[in-house]
Amino acid sequence: MNSAPPRAPFLRIDRLRKVFGDFTALNEVSLAIDEGEFICFLGPSGCGKTTLLRAVAGLDIQTAGRVWQAGRDISALPPAERDFGIVFQSYALFPNLTVARNIAFGLENQKLKRADIERRVTELLALVNLSGQEGKYPAQLSGGEQQRVALTRALATSPGLLLLDEPLSALDARVRAHLRVEMKALQRRLGVTTIMVTHDQEEALTMADRIVVMNHGVIEQVGTPTEIYRRPDTLFVAEFVGAMNRIAGVGASDGRVTVGEVTLDTQAHAAAAGAPVVAAIRPEDVLPHAGAEGGGESSGGGGDSAGGDAADGDAASAAAKGNNRLQARVDYLEFLGSFWRVSLTCAALGGVALTADLSSNAMRRMRIEAGARVDLELPAERVLVFPRGRGA
Amino acid sequence: MTADADTATTDATTVTAPASTTPAAASPAARIRPKTGRDDKIMAAFIAVIGLYLIVSLALPLYAVLSKSVSAFYFDLGNFEFQVDRGAGWSAPVTARQLNDELRALSPEELRTSGDGRLAVTVFFPDFNFRAPTRYRIRQVQPEAAFLAGTRRVADTDWHTFDSNQFRRVVLRASKSTGLDNYRAYFSTPALFRSLKNSLTIAVISTVLTVALAFGFAYALTRSAMRFKGLFRIIAMAPILVPSLLPGIALVYLFGNQGMLKSFLLGESIYGPIGIVIGSVFFTFPHAMIIITTALSLSDARLYEAAVSLRASRWKTFWTVTIPGARYGLVSAAFVVFNLVITDFGLPKVIGGQYNMLAVDIYKQVIGQQNFEMGAVVSVVLLIPALLAFTIDRVVQKKQVAQLSSRSVPYAPQPHRRFDALCLLYCVLVTVFIAGLIGVCQYAALIKFWPYDLSLSFNNYNFDVMDGGGWDSWKNSIRLALYTAAAGTAVIFCGAYMVEKTQRFVATRAAFQFLAMLPMAIPGMVLGLAYIFFFNNPANPLHGLYGSMAILVICTVTHFYTVSHLTAVTALKQMDREFESVAASLKQPFHKVFSRVTVPVCLPSVLDISIYLFVNAMTTVSGVIFLYSPDTALASIAVLNMDDAGDIAPAAAMGMMIFYSNIGARLIHLLLTRKVMRNTQAWRTRRGEAVR
Repeated sequence: MNSAPPRAPFLRIDRLRKVFGDFTALNEVSLAIDEGEFICFLGPSGCGKTTLLRAVAGLDIQTAGRVWQAGRDISALPPAERDFGIVFQSYALFPNLTVARNIAFGLENQKLKRADIERRVTELLALVNLSGQEGKYPAQLSGGEQQRVALTRALATSPGLLLLDEPLSALDARVRAHLRVEMKALQRRLGVTTIMVTHDQEEALTMADRIVVMNHGVIEQVGTPTEIYRRPDTLFVAEFVGAMNRIAGVGASDGRVTVGEVTLDTQAHAAAAGAPVVAAIRPEDVLPHAGAEGGGESSGGGGDSAGGDAADGDAASAAAKGNNRLQARVDYLEFLGSFWRVSLTCAALGGVALTADLSSNAMRRMRIEAGARVDLELPAERVLVFPRGRGA
Repeated sequence: MTADADTATTDATTVTAPASTTPAAASPAARIRPKTGRDDKIMAAFIAVIGLYLIVSLALPLYAVLSKSVSAFYFDLGNFEFQVDRGAGWSAPVTARQLNDELRALSPEELRTSGDGRLAVTVFFPDFNFRAPTRYRIRQVQPEAAFLAGTRRVADTDWHTFDSNQFRRVVLRASKSTGLDNYRAYFSTPALFRSLKNSLTIAVISTVLTVALAFGFAYALTRSAMRFKGLFRIIAMAPILVPSLLPGIALVYLFGNQGMLKSFLLGESIYGPIGIVIGSVFFTFPHAMIIITTALSLSDARLYEAAVSLRASRWKTFWTVTIPGARYGLVSAAFVVFNLVITDFGLPKVIGGQYNMLAVDIYKQVIGQQNFEMGAVVSVVLLIPALLAFTIDRVVQKKQVAQLSSRSVPYAPQPHRRFDALCLLYCVLVTVFIAGLIGVCQYAALIKFWPYDLSLSFNNYNFDVMDGGGWDSWKNSIRLALYTAAAGTAVIFCGAYMVEKTQRFVATRAAFQFLAMLPMAIPGMVLGLAYIFFFNNPANPLHGLYGSMAILVICTVTHFYTVSHLTAVTALKQMDREFESVAASLKQPFHKVFSRVTVPVCLPSVLDISIYLFVNAMTTVSGVIFLYSPDTALASIAVLNMDDAGDIAPAAAMGMMIFYSNIGARLIHLLLTRKVMRNTQAWRTRRGEAVR
């Protein structure tokens, strides 16, 4: 059966549908994955990412649509006739078997000699830095160690495809960050095609070669982490991956966007003049500029009333400066360690609330504090425009 | 989950099309019909086998009872014609009905009969004399009934001639009609109908008493800081280890006609409602206690802390926190007790005297009067309250489970001298009652001849010289218990595994689940009678099982299926859902997971199921009373039969043999569980050293 479609990717998913009663969990999902790629299915819970993974595994076979793996149509095959290893969120380690027996589980009944199995187990454990743990039971291991045993068990039979169902979500933040690096390195070394399901965008951004963002049973966007982050196709992707300021406006005739009294320069967009749109910019792209009158000198409570008086005139002058320079008032500050998250209100944009992520240096240099007024720049190449849907 | 995928497609052509047919982009994607893998096939076969077991051992016999209860038998007099030749040639044909109308020989009631009914034709000829030279002819008008001439069955419509000596051996057989005649007869027979009232009365009184007593006991166990809790609990559990009729025997010794404490009853007789109620409280007490203790220990300590901080009185806390928290447990216990009492046979048989109850009526109809149809009717009547109680209990239990899964802090009782002393006193009284009844039995078993010779001896254990099957019956019971424990555990655990772990065959699994829950609602007497109807039918290919040990095992396994099934399902639910998926991804068959992981991890529950089956097989009477043969007499039945024959002391001795056998079994179970925990469950105990 080597009659797969032309230019065959390693895994090809063609218009997959999965229906549970009235609920459509997957709607015409198509995807191609190349050999050796690390793919993340990313999306909120209920978006269909796990359903898609289970369909690829054959654990819950799709209602319609086909799946090819390595040129073979596996659409209707039961899991045992496919070629994959899987790690579940719970790890599903056999509690009464030792680490070694867990890993050897898939190697038995394969005409392998006992000594060969033992050697393979030792070798695999060394690969994940668990040498010497053969005799322990899963309950005696830490969460991170259990996760690695589950990974090792899945890789023991050298499957063509590795499926990971939220493999890190049961771990605490530090172990998770560490294992992210380790798993990615291991995947590179082994070159095994990998699909990981996650709802954690950080995990997806750091680990994946390509991210598949899903929502409501359809794929919103497929792209590399930087593509997904920098050039989201939809407002959903923009807001789900990373933080995003959204500014409701309407398309202006010259391809810009009008918000309240100002017209913003933005990235090119296709919205017609007068059409409702959302201008979006990430908090770290909001640039503060030193030297806003009033903001610089004022300190403590005195600046508050002074700023209030000047608000109207300032807004007009800021917009006149062009290049999306606006004045805003600092509402409150949130200290997040390496940076500050600053909540701002921008009167010129109709009182819209903005957040900006600023380094501690910038904060100090510009003496930004609650109640201060700052000059902001929204760089045009960073302002994305999306059509505004119902009620957005 | 995959039900839709399972049944969705009939579009085989697109499915079997080779992979090369890359679908054109415009056409909708083809429906997928999942290929059935080897594991699926094996699982389907397993479900089919165990499902078939439940159908054969439960559904079909129950159907047989129902259909028997609506088949009425009567003598269709209009269907038989006679001619008489008294020397002057044959008289004109006359039907039996005409003769009966003239003679008023038989009333309409007397024409109703059972499937086995026979009616001698001579009743229609008052002048009949077997020495007279008269000749008789008889024929059927329609070939619907039959008559017997001696042992020869005649079912045709020809005239048959007999001389008077032959004619006296001609009997009419009954015709069958389907309808509610039997039920009409039941409800118009006051003696039968009264039993329904009696059964309900006794069940309600016993339920109220038992639940109240058990609640006090459970309350003391969970809410006080008294000592000896473990001991109290063990003694309170003892009634589970004896047949339900054992307290009856003890009560006879205490309050019977020659009882030690007869005067306590102030002239009332223990044989009747008083005896049944006291005995019922005894044998249902542990069941109620377990349920209520569980419910009370689920309560959330934070609620009590809140009550204290709000300065609520103990009394108010009791009514606003304790009782609402335990209400599902109380309701559930009430229905379980009700069900046990109303379906029990042994106790009212031993101590009921003239006070009839439904379960005893079934026995009397079937064994005493050979009226199987009426036995079936009583069975169905008994089935209704039992089914109702069972259904309500299930609904309530589900709610309790929901309560259980919520997170709560267990309540730790604080010492409180007066309250603790009160609780201790109460528990002592209850356990003295329980241990006392068992003690009286043991005492009775060892006395030579109550009340005339009080010296001790083991004469009463000389079962082989008495009716009831002798020591063989005890050996048979042990065999039955062992077979039931082994075969039952295997069947039930495998069945539960299939229901719990299979992804496909949704409808089949739902049906299976229903069948597995059903036995709890079926009284043992009904099941036993159902087996007579089903297995004793010569047309049944399984007819050969009738009278064998195998049918006793099947009946007992089925009778106690539900609780074991639920135990297994609970244990299996704690297993990771994905074990089978992992095995499939590693290309290992599911039965490898089953044997290497599922069974070892669930071994404590498996042992629990087998001891439950063992103990119940030792003590059951109602399920097997209709099914034993002389070769397979059982100890529990021997107790009943010896008591019936007036050998009460040997009956008590045999009852105590069952008790000690069960204690022995429980001890072995305890040791085995310990050993299993130490060996195969090492991973569990080592959890303490787990890396944190």
